[in-house]
Amino acid sequence: MKKLEIEEIEVDLLLEGIYQRYGYDFRHYGRASIKRRLQHHLTKADYGIVSEMIPSVLYDESKFKALLFDISVTVTEMFRDPWFYVGIREKVIPFLKTFPFINVWHAGCATGEEVYSLAIVLKEEGLYDRARIYATDINDSALEKAKSRIYPMSKMKEYSSNYQHAGGKRSLSHYFYAKYDSVIVDADLQENITFANHNLATDNVFGEMHLILCRNVLIYFNRTLQDRVLSIFADSLRYNGFLCLGTKETMHFAKVRDDFVEFLRNERIYQYKGIPH
Amino acid sequence: MRFEKKYEAIVIGTSAGGLGTLQKILSKLPSDFALPILVVQHRLPAADQFLSIFLNDVCQLAVKEADNKEIIKPPMVYVAPSNYHLLVERTKTISLTVDPKVKYSRPSIDALFETAAEAYLSKLIGIILTGANNDGTAGLKKIKEHGGLTIAQNPQTAEVSIMPMSAIQANVVDKVLSLTEMAPFLNQISDEVKVYERRYHKLNMEHQSKI
Ligand SMILES: C[S@@+](CC[C@H](N)C(=O)[O-])C[C@H]1O[C@@H](n2cnc3c(N)ncnc32)[C@H](O)[C@@H]1O
Repeated sequence: MKKLEIEEIEVDLLLEGIYQRYGYDFRHYGRASIKRRLQHHLTKADYGIVSEMIPSVLYDESKFKALLFDISVTVTEMFRDPWFYVGIREKVIPFLKTFPFINVWHAGCATGEEVYSLAIVLKEEGLYDRARIYATDINDSALEKAKSRIYPMSKMKEYSSNYQHAGGKRSLSHYFYAKYDSVIVDADLQENITFANHNLATDNVFGEMHLILCRNVLIYFNRTLQDRVLSIFADSLRYNGFLCLGTKETMHFAKVRDDFVEFLRNERIYQYKGIPH
Repeated sequence: MRFEKKYEAIVIGTSAGGLGTLQKILSKLPSDFALPILVVQHRLPAADQFLSIFLNDVCQLAVKEADNKEIIKPPMVYVAPSNYHLLVERTKTISLTVDPKVKYSRPSIDALFETAAEAYLSKLIGIILTGANNDGTAGLKKIKEHGGLTIAQNPQTAEVSIMPMSAIQANVVDKVLSLTEMAPFLNQISDEVKVYERRYHKLNMEHQSKI
């Protein structure tokens, strides 16, 4: 048997072990990326081969947390894909304003940049005070970072430019104060946000939503897992509620596809038209 | 009689100067080119689909921006979208990801080459063209380890020589080709694959008619 095939077995065993021990299911994630992330962790944490991780990770939860941190890709930014936020501001928000209050769910919020970006748009459009925002992820360290509201100053130039392209009404610095080489997001932007651990692969619906953002998360899942998650979203959304995916994600192959209409195509914003239950 | 298909896919990496160079090479390949081609060209994160649309316009061979989970099959050139890595699964499908940048780049040439090497093993050709950094060198090394063929553009014919030079100096290049030699060489590979496929098809037919 070739080395490559043996490595496949090692990865299978590790992922199965993690699932049985901790309930985190990475078995249906894109394999090439998972393997690269494991390789990265292997070198960083000084393991020789993937099999060596298995006993450490099974017996020592802190070792698992370290691994989890590395294999869940938390790359994100403020106002990523600025045109998406233009669509939200100009097309989605007028619709949402017809509700007395709205529930928003960021599924896979990583370190929170996207959550605060949307919060800023909601503030500027006068909808923030009527919004309850849930931001969830499987990565606790990422959630802690999100709660801390602290981001590196070095990113601000890029974020400001994104914000301007996203139809921003002021200067982005209006929402921060600077401290050393960091910026801290204003506390009142966090007031209506609840950060919580939620696993899309294993957990379920937790409330009725008007707007769901799940961007650049499904891209890592295989079709089976994508289907599961999209069904959870369909079950969570109110009639006429919105689902926003990443620019490289579609509902095309989903089982629940007929329950949605394309609301804004390039922005990947879908509207739920399923039968209310 | 036993014979084997020699190559199944081509991966190309380039950065500065890549657009014109890709145009010069890809526009000389026929619309029924026998191998799928996957391309990473470094560019700005906010770049639109210009690259694939432009190349598709000037080439006979179809060029498209790669989609997530897409099955890789010829004839087609798949271009990595800006700000996404293009990875190849062992099932010969495409995975796009927003994984961290590799050597300051997303898409990363190394990420494409390394994952393609594990998918296609010795049946892969990796090509490094003009560029101003050393992305791709580690990827070519991996392709070579798995028995694939590695090619660099002759630095003297490259708009920016750093990237092919880096690969050549790292001793991971089997073949150095000038810009003008590149398309004829690839066409020859494609013709060999077509011959193979015809023979294979014929054998299959004979086999079927016997049973
Ligand atoms: C690439 S980030 C996307 C962040 C943000 N939505 C954006 O588009 O910028 C993907 C996030 O999904 C999270 N994630 C991965 N699998 C998950 C799962 N099964 N349930 C919930 N979150 C998950 C990761 O921890 C990571 O923070």
